[in-house]
Amino acid sequence: MSGIDSTQVLFETEEIYKMSKAALAGLKVLEYAQFVSGPYCTKLLADLGAEVIKIEPPLVGDAARRREPFLDDIPHPERSGFFLFLNTSKLGITLDPDTATGREIFLKLVEDCDILIEDNPPLLMKGRGFDYESLSKINPRLIMTSITPFGQYGPYRDYKAYHLNSYHGSGVARVLSSILPKETPIPTKGPGFLGDMDAGLSAATATMAALYGRLFTGEGQHIDISKQEALMALERVEIGMYGNEGETKFSTVFMQQMVGGLQRCKDGYVLITLGGDHHWEGLLHLLGDPEWAREEKFQGELGKYKYAQEINKHISEWIKDHTKEELYHRCQSLNCPIGMVTTVADLAASKQLESRGFFGKVEHPVMGEVSCPTSPYRFSETPHRFHHPAPMLGEHNEEIFVDRLGYSKEDLMRMRGAGII
Amino acid sequence: MSGTKTPRLPLEGVRIADFTWAWAGPYATELLAFLGAEVIKIESSHRPDHARIRSLTLGLSTKGLDKSPVFNDLNLNKMSLALDLRKPEAIDIARKLVAVSDVVTENYRPGVMDKLGLGYDVLKEIKSDIVMLSSSALGSEGPESGYAGFAPTFAALGGAAHLTGYPDKRPVPLMGSSDLRSASTSAFAILVALYHRACTGEGQYIDLSSTETIAINLSDSLMDYIMNKRVAVRKGNRDDILAPHNVYPCKNDRWVSIVIATQDEWSLFCEALGSPSWAEDERFSDAYRRWCNQEDLDRLIGEWTINFTHYEAMELLQKAGVAAVAALQGVELYSDPHLKERNVSVDVVHPNIGRRVTLGPPWKFSATPARVKHCGPLLGEHAEYVLGELLGMSKEEIAALREEGVLS
Repeated sequence: MSGIDSTQVLFETEEIYKMSKAALAGLKVLEYAQFVSGPYCTKLLADLGAEVIKIEPPLVGDAARRREPFLDDIPHPERSGFFLFLNTSKLGITLDPDTATGREIFLKLVEDCDILIEDNPPLLMKGRGFDYESLSKINPRLIMTSITPFGQYGPYRDYKAYHLNSYHGSGVARVLSSILPKETPIPTKGPGFLGDMDAGLSAATATMAALYGRLFTGEGQHIDISKQEALMALERVEIGMYGNEGETKFSTVFMQQMVGGLQRCKDGYVLITLGGDHHWEGLLHLLGDPEWAREEKFQGELGKYKYAQEINKHISEWIKDHTKEELYHRCQSLNCPIGMVTTVADLAASKQLESRGFFGKVEHPVMGEVSCPTSPYRFSETPHRFHHPAPMLGEHNEEIFVDRLGYSKEDLMRMRGAGII
Repeated sequence: MSGTKTPRLPLEGVRIADFTWAWAGPYATELLAFLGAEVIKIESSHRPDHARIRSLTLGLSTKGLDKSPVFNDLNLNKMSLALDLRKPEAIDIARKLVAVSDVVTENYRPGVMDKLGLGYDVLKEIKSDIVMLSSSALGSEGPESGYAGFAPTFAALGGAAHLTGYPDKRPVPLMGSSDLRSASTSAFAILVALYHRACTGEGQYIDLSSTETIAINLSDSLMDYIMNKRVAVRKGNRDDILAPHNVYPCKNDRWVSIVIATQDEWSLFCEALGSPSWAEDERFSDAYRRWCNQEDLDRLIGEWTINFTHYEAMELLQKAGVAAVAALQGVELYSDPHLKERNVSVDVVHPNIGRRVTLGPPWKFSATPARVKHCGPLLGEHAEYVLGELLGMSKEEIAALREEGVLS
């Protein structure tokens, strides 16, 4: 490990003041999880001021350290941009709780925390004596949130599933393919690790609710997050339609009958969604108030639904010669909600995102200054911020094991030799 | 409610004055209502929540304001107060309600609440520790703050549409989930602010951008652009490194997802398939070769999976230690044994549309189970409770307001 203390990098006087204004200051969170869902959950809390101690397996670390993108495409455990994003503001230690000493240390950390976030197979946690029943005996106020593909009980509890698997297990991809058969003849997943991020957010929400409730009851509890269900929840309306209306009626409506919808333009695509007649008026203005739009049959909302295909031909004809930026800004200024289909390059160049501070800066000991997405919310009193960069592997071992738990530096050396940390 | 004692829910005692409409706002407060918050929806027949009339999913409804299953699904456990906010008396009532509330939520276009005299600065004067959240397409500040949008717009603007689908086909703007992602983020932010308020007594204003709630999920690709200037493209179900990593056809137009992440899993997979001769092919002998030859590999796997139902394929491969999961769809989600055992769906009775099955809260709490208590409200259903019990108005006062059209 290098001797750099990353916690010192960001703090200037003014920043220290802001620190005290963190919403979750004083909250202690232990993370015993890897890759996306668990780490994203605790990152949400850490950037808002909670102290998160991240436990990583000795030597290899979190799986996200081995996942691209790497800075300048040079693979290195301290150069993964995704790991950086998912682990900002945390303290990092290495620990193998399967060893006798590792287990003892793990239990000490559990005893001293408010929240434990974990993503291990339920049987494994039980086998180690790390199930909620056991852990709550040493810390009755503990809020433990478990994030797994299928939850803590049920026939699929122990099934193996990566992101793609839990995504498709939720049925959300099939909702799309039955409604947009032209675009997705087979069930297709969303971008990146979307479903895992959703599960992380869902877990953070439930955890905050339990924490709020604990203020009044003093009692901890166990929260069971199934990735499958976290994703299902996000298509609850469509999935509800299946449950009540069955398959057939539902899949014949929607985007084919939508006025506007996805339209190809000169340099990409735009998406037109009309919420009522006032939006339609705006769109017609954009098109230069064309003759065809005055036809009797197109008047009123029902008429538009009925003749959507015909209307869309007219719209496409006009739109194809214009750029997405031009269409987006002009149409929005005419009070019609049109969105352009953005690439990550468009997002990085967006004046709107820039003005809101969607991209922040992290000063990382290995990567240097790196820009990184911040958050979608702006709190007036307790702003989101990167309190540290992501920890380097085992960076805070000394701080946690020596300063807090009272082991000596020599103990640390011996534990490292024994593969415990 | 019957006499059975239910545990205290986490947000019991929290009251939310909810000015939101459509999907992104209402689902946020529905999540909080599942957790025990008392949510009072302020709406009107003059400007009804458009989930009561139309939706991209179902098209236009002409059946009236109190029969929409979409509205019901997004407003469970809530109450409704009809207020015509064009009338000064209505604004006055809204302010009084805020004075006895803990949270205010709204998703008008930026600036509208201020014009109504219900902006944060005003409401803070009325209730000094109020937590207020505004959610809008792009946030309430910045050059595009006045722009509007719906769920597909957020998917497009937030970058998700471009990355969903196949490289040779059109981008896919997802579905209602973009609104519900924005909502889930709002619920989290409100809980954080409530916790901070409970610890310090300080309220605050939260400004949320729906577009950013989508964009944040692309952080792996955003970081690749920031660090290496690589512009991600959509790639169906495939992965940049792993193969096989796809869905494969099964009997009855169903699909099973299969992911092989390690060489061990590859061996187990080949064994489970009965060690076909192609599994020995040197084109597939390591992860890199499998990735390079995945077109052929996917076809060969598909020729095997098509002999099974998606459930059979899942069970056979899971037994062997391979990550294979049936791609569930539609009505199957209600008969699936796992989801059934976990009571993922519940019944709710609505006076006009009858018994509906709906999804319950997406979390299982051991001590304070979040739950669906009742159906979405009829428009203005709870005027007597809100005006009478909460604001202390007499029956005569309420009748007069009704007469004047303030409660419509």
